[in-house]
Amino acid sequence: MENPAVYFKGLSSKGVKYNNNVQPVVSPFSVMVRKEVADHVRSWRFIIMVGLIVLTFFGAMYVSLSNIRTAIANIRDPDHVFVYLKLLTTTNGTLPPFHIFISFLGPLLGIALGFDAVNAEQNNGTLTRLLAQPVYRDNLLLAKFTGALIVISVLFVSLCLLMIGGGLIITGVPMEPVEFFRILGFIVLSILYVGFWLSLSIGLSVVFKRAATSAITAIGIWVFFTVFYNIIINVIVTALLPDKNFMQPDDVVAYNNFLMNLLSIAPGQLYTDATTTLLMPSVRSLGPMTMEQMAGAIPSPLPLKESFMIVWPQVSGLISAITVCFAIAYYLFMRREIRT
Amino acid sequence: MENPIIELNGLTKTYGTVKAVDDLHLTIGKGEIFGLLGPNGAGKTTTILMMLGLTEPSAGTAFVCGVNATTHPIDVKKRVGYMPDSVGFYDNMTALENLMYIARLNGIPEKEIEKLSRQTMEMVGLGGEMDKKTGAYSRGMKQRLGLADVLIRDPEVIILDEPTLGIDPSGVKEFLSFIHHLSRQQGLTVLLSSHHLYQVQQVCDRVGIFVEGKMLVEGNIETLSRSLFGEESFTVRVTVREPLPASGEPVQELEQLAAIRKINISGKTVEFSCTEDMTPEIVRFFVEKGFNVMGVHKKEFGLDEIYERYFENNLKKNSSDGKSGGLFQRPFFKRSKIQ
Repeated sequence: MENPAVYFKGLSSKGVKYNNNVQPVVSPFSVMVRKEVADHVRSWRFIIMVGLIVLTFFGAMYVSLSNIRTAIANIRDPDHVFVYLKLLTTTNGTLPPFHIFISFLGPLLGIALGFDAVNAEQNNGTLTRLLAQPVYRDNLLLAKFTGALIVISVLFVSLCLLMIGGGLIITGVPMEPVEFFRILGFIVLSILYVGFWLSLSIGLSVVFKRAATSAITAIGIWVFFTVFYNIIINVIVTALLPDKNFMQPDDVVAYNNFLMNLLSIAPGQLYTDATTTLLMPSVRSLGPMTMEQMAGAIPSPLPLKESFMIVWPQVSGLISAITVCFAIAYYLFMRREIRT
Repeated sequence: MENPIIELNGLTKTYGTVKAVDDLHLTIGKGEIFGLLGPNGAGKTTTILMMLGLTEPSAGTAFVCGVNATTHPIDVKKRVGYMPDSVGFYDNMTALENLMYIARLNGIPEKEIEKLSRQTMEMVGLGGEMDKKTGAYSRGMKQRLGLADVLIRDPEVIILDEPTLGIDPSGVKEFLSFIHHLSRQQGLTVLLSSHHLYQVQQVCDRVGIFVEGKMLVEGNIETLSRSLFGEESFTVRVTVREPLPASGEPVQELEQLAAIRKINISGKTVEFSCTEDMTPEIVRFFVEKGFNVMGVHKKEFGLDEIYERYFENNLKKNSSDGKSGGLFQRPFFKRSKIQ
């Protein structure tokens, strides 16, 4: 504010320069995504979450590498030919395999990246400032989601590439294309799973004004689905439905299917089912199978396409859950007063 | 108005049963500095948000630069620089990064962004602090950074919501004179809202007094004071060393002057209410009569008086209607009585 004259000199030359510019201008959306990604990468909470995930990754890898010899030598296991899938799933019982870890840590990661997406901006007064710029309101929400999703994708892809590379060096076994696609499927599923929690927590950050409230609520939902949901479903089912022991075989199948469907509402269940099927090719079905169905089946790994067919309901379930959460967040945010 | 840049027609915003803004009509011409004055909660910020298309009006239209702000907010936001009342920045970024982010969002070519941002920071007087994190910024510095945010986009209209809030008096003066310069030299239209009447009257061409969502009166300060105070628009108070006789013997002669309407004598001070500025004549008279003049004070009606007068009238009207005045009116009313 020292000398207005200096300012005008700058301004007038500037006006000439960019009013008739021909160079391509970056769209506001990608600017926002870039900023989100930069923010996440520099934030402590992301560094801590990544530290945690990398630690469990190396823990799981250590355990599986030390047991890989026995796992591959086990000819009775139809999956023993898939060295890299074995790397991801083998365990001696001391540590759970990596995908089980992710089913626990993924929600935390998603919540950590999204719980204060909108309300922190609002509380800091940056939301008004941002929306006073020529940007669409939905771009902000979308940028929050995309930015975090990019960070998550890079994290999972690089971890899995690290695993593949490490496995290649340590075992010297070349990789089958089938394995690669299965691992790719696993990566996509993990991203979708974390994406669900991300969109849920972004939605909560729109609903609640305080970041702490939205974080606690998101963690509450997570704990509910991981710990209590199964218990509640079992209690309700045993209370309402007749005892399984007195049922016809057909009814038992229907009963189990019904139970499965109810349990599949929990996103953690969807993720575990889908990853298990993808990473263990011998898994043929997620539900109960009758003796007729099993008769004549050779215990062998399923083809890639069949495995994908099995997990397709799970994948679409996850995608629709993400979409619903995001749509709700979108609806609430678009109509919302932005002042602090 | 020849060249209206902001046109509000019957703008209304209701929250539930509360009318935040009630049938507002306002036209602001190009190059004008308009002050939107009103107590807290009068609906100033809501009005501004509606002008930017950030809040949907319940009724009426807001046209800014000829564009309907509700249906085409992006076009409006491209031309209008808005500084919110409690402007916030990303505390983990430096001031320069904050500014460059805004510049990028406005589509300024990447090559020029850094140079332009540095220039703008220099202009608002933050040249030395631009690599500090905004978390370490003081309120006044944030306000300047907020102004830099607005200016870097080269806007046609600047809307400042409570721009003087929380800055020290010398900072306020500097800030406002800067805005004044800017508006005059660039032909920028400035709309600033405030409840600090005294500060705003220094720079505004026109002001509007805004209470409970209604524009009570608008015009320049002279017109406002004339219409409000009528005959007593100038008051001169003279203090002499010796107490004057209660009968006011010699002073009464002045009453013959047409411009002087009322003379109030109390002890050592005499108060003249005049229709035009009579200070020289009055002083000359006192000196000729051999009074020892200790002080002459010409009271100009500033916005404070206008403001208070409005509240007073408003409250009287309300209480005569059998309604009690709004909560916020009471302190003002009381204060004006005490004074």
